[in-house]
Amino acid sequence: MKLIVEAIITGILTGGIYALMASGLTLIFGVMDIINVGQGALVILGAYLSYALQVNFHVDLFWGLLITMPAMFLLGLLLEWAFIRPLKRDRPTLSILVTFAIAMIIEGILGIVFTNNIVQLHSWYVDASFQIGDYYLAYIYVLSFILSIVLLGGLYLLLYRTKFGYSLLASMQNRTAAQLIGIDVEKVSAITFGIGVSLAAAGGMAYGATFAFNPGSLYDLISRLLVIIILGGMGSLRGALIASVGMLVIEDATAVVLSPVWATTVFFLLLIIIMVFRPQGLFGQLEGRKQ
Amino acid sequence: MVKKIGLVVLLIAFIAFPQVFSNPAVTTIAIFTLMYATATTAWNIFSGYTGYIALGHAAFFGIGSYAIALMCLNWHIPGGYIPFLLVPVAGLIAAAFAVPVGWISLRTRKHTFVVITIAIFFIMQPMAFNLRSITNGSTGLSLPIPTGWGGTYFNFPFYYVALAMLVFALGVSWWIRNSKYGLGLLAIRDDEDRALGLGVKTGSSKLIAFVISAFFVGMVGALHAYFQESIYPAFAFDPLFDIAIALMGFLGGMGTLSGPILGAIILEPTQRYFTMQFSANGYYLIIYGALFLAIILLLPEGVVPTANKYWLKWKAFRERTKNVSNESDDGKGKVRP
Repeated sequence: MKLIVEAIITGILTGGIYALMASGLTLIFGVMDIINVGQGALVILGAYLSYALQVNFHVDLFWGLLITMPAMFLLGLLLEWAFIRPLKRDRPTLSILVTFAIAMIIEGILGIVFTNNIVQLHSWYVDASFQIGDYYLAYIYVLSFILSIVLLGGLYLLLYRTKFGYSLLASMQNRTAAQLIGIDVEKVSAITFGIGVSLAAAGGMAYGATFAFNPGSLYDLISRLLVIIILGGMGSLRGALIASVGMLVIEDATAVVLSPVWATTVFFLLLIIIMVFRPQGLFGQLEGRKQ
Repeated sequence: MVKKIGLVVLLIAFIAFPQVFSNPAVTTIAIFTLMYATATTAWNIFSGYTGYIALGHAAFFGIGSYAIALMCLNWHIPGGYIPFLLVPVAGLIAAAFAVPVGWISLRTRKHTFVVITIAIFFIMQPMAFNLRSITNGSTGLSLPIPTGWGGTYFNFPFYYVALAMLVFALGVSWWIRNSKYGLGLLAIRDDEDRALGLGVKTGSSKLIAFVISAFFVGMVGALHAYFQESIYPAFAFDPLFDIAIALMGFLGGMGTLSGPILGAIILEPTQRYFTMQFSANGYYLIIYGALFLAIILLLPEGVVPTANKYWLKWKAFRERTKNVSNESDDGKGKVRP
């Protein structure tokens, strides 16, 4: 019983990290109608950027975000301009293939620059832990959870309290109508992609500090992120948050109750069961005609 | 008529190929190319005709591989020609798996469907690792070693079985393309709701196409396993397989008959070459990814539809100039098929 409570606590805290990465993915989907399969690779890229800054320049992980997040934002703008915008025909499908190709290239480059050895980010708050009851928890879990709350809160304010946010939400609801009332949807799309990628940078730092990773981790990561956004309902931020926390709690609880090898399988099975009864996900809207 | 003769000549060329180029290195690449051509043709039967992009067919490939390995081991089948007879059985097992998988995943529409197929693949892969009592975990399984032929001729039976599979898959694909059922699939691709409104049984049509394509991909997996003589979870369930067949389909042209085969003939030898050249490091991934991007951005419709478009344009241009230069000869070009 005590083990289950512990599993639930770590599940909620690591769920916050997944929420960061998944919110970028679901935001990009909502506005641009594309599935960024490269999000997993971008998360790993973010983790390696933090790693490089720390190892070479001794930059603290959290301060390093002030460099990596804007850098990844620019990378996102570049990727959108170079590879997503030229897709005129059958965009949702082709974008999956394009972003997968981007993921392969990133994986290849990371493999050459950082080799395929497994690394983890280190700092005093990663290695030190504190006690709740008789259970020890590393500071990084709490700090990354706070980071997620701050960034997701910022995202919320950006979306619901600024003019840019309104134009973003409008493009999400109806692209054509947004264009008709004078919103520059292309610009909104580019910035959304940038925001999604910079959220991947922050998520990558938190991921790299809590889990060991190598360039190949992106396959595991993207499969989980995709499952999270389907489960939450594609394009729903609230759904992504709830699904990421729910997934991690279930996974950790299964690892304790059953065995760690079945942890992910149980979650995927849950996805299948929910899909049978609710194909649009927990908070998604039914996909009707989009023409 | 010209078309029929061309097809016969092409078939003879394919049959004669290993006799002319009997170097095992060449025939090995040819066998892989034929297997990928079959898998891509099968993938095209579902994804190309219905427009639903499936990125989880490696799951059926893996099921086919494990099915033949387990049948050979449990029934103590010696190496030889008998395992070839089990290849279609392995395909049927993969098809049987595809029924519930397809039923669940096809409840969703296009984008979500893509993601569900990826998720299904990622359910199957850890199972191969974790169900140790059946799959022997990451140690893998070994298949009987083919005996009864050898040396230079070792590859020949595999080549002809792969060729037969390709012809079979192509025949099914051709039949579907020209049947009323195939028209229904194409209608789903163009506008699913309208197709439903016009009386196409969209649900069962999609499921049948999905199962047919899983059957062929399972057969390819089985033949691949027998050819490699051993299987491991990481190679039987390989995410790059999903991407490879999708890329071949896109390169050749989705929904065409010759496109998937052309895509496989262009890409598979190239990929083998790159793997040989830069196997151990990431350069291979970078080159493959860049190639992938170039294909999609420059040829989004694929080689066959693009070539077809230019051919029609050129023909129209030629006819027009002919009519202008020689008025009395008018209409001659139109009679030609």
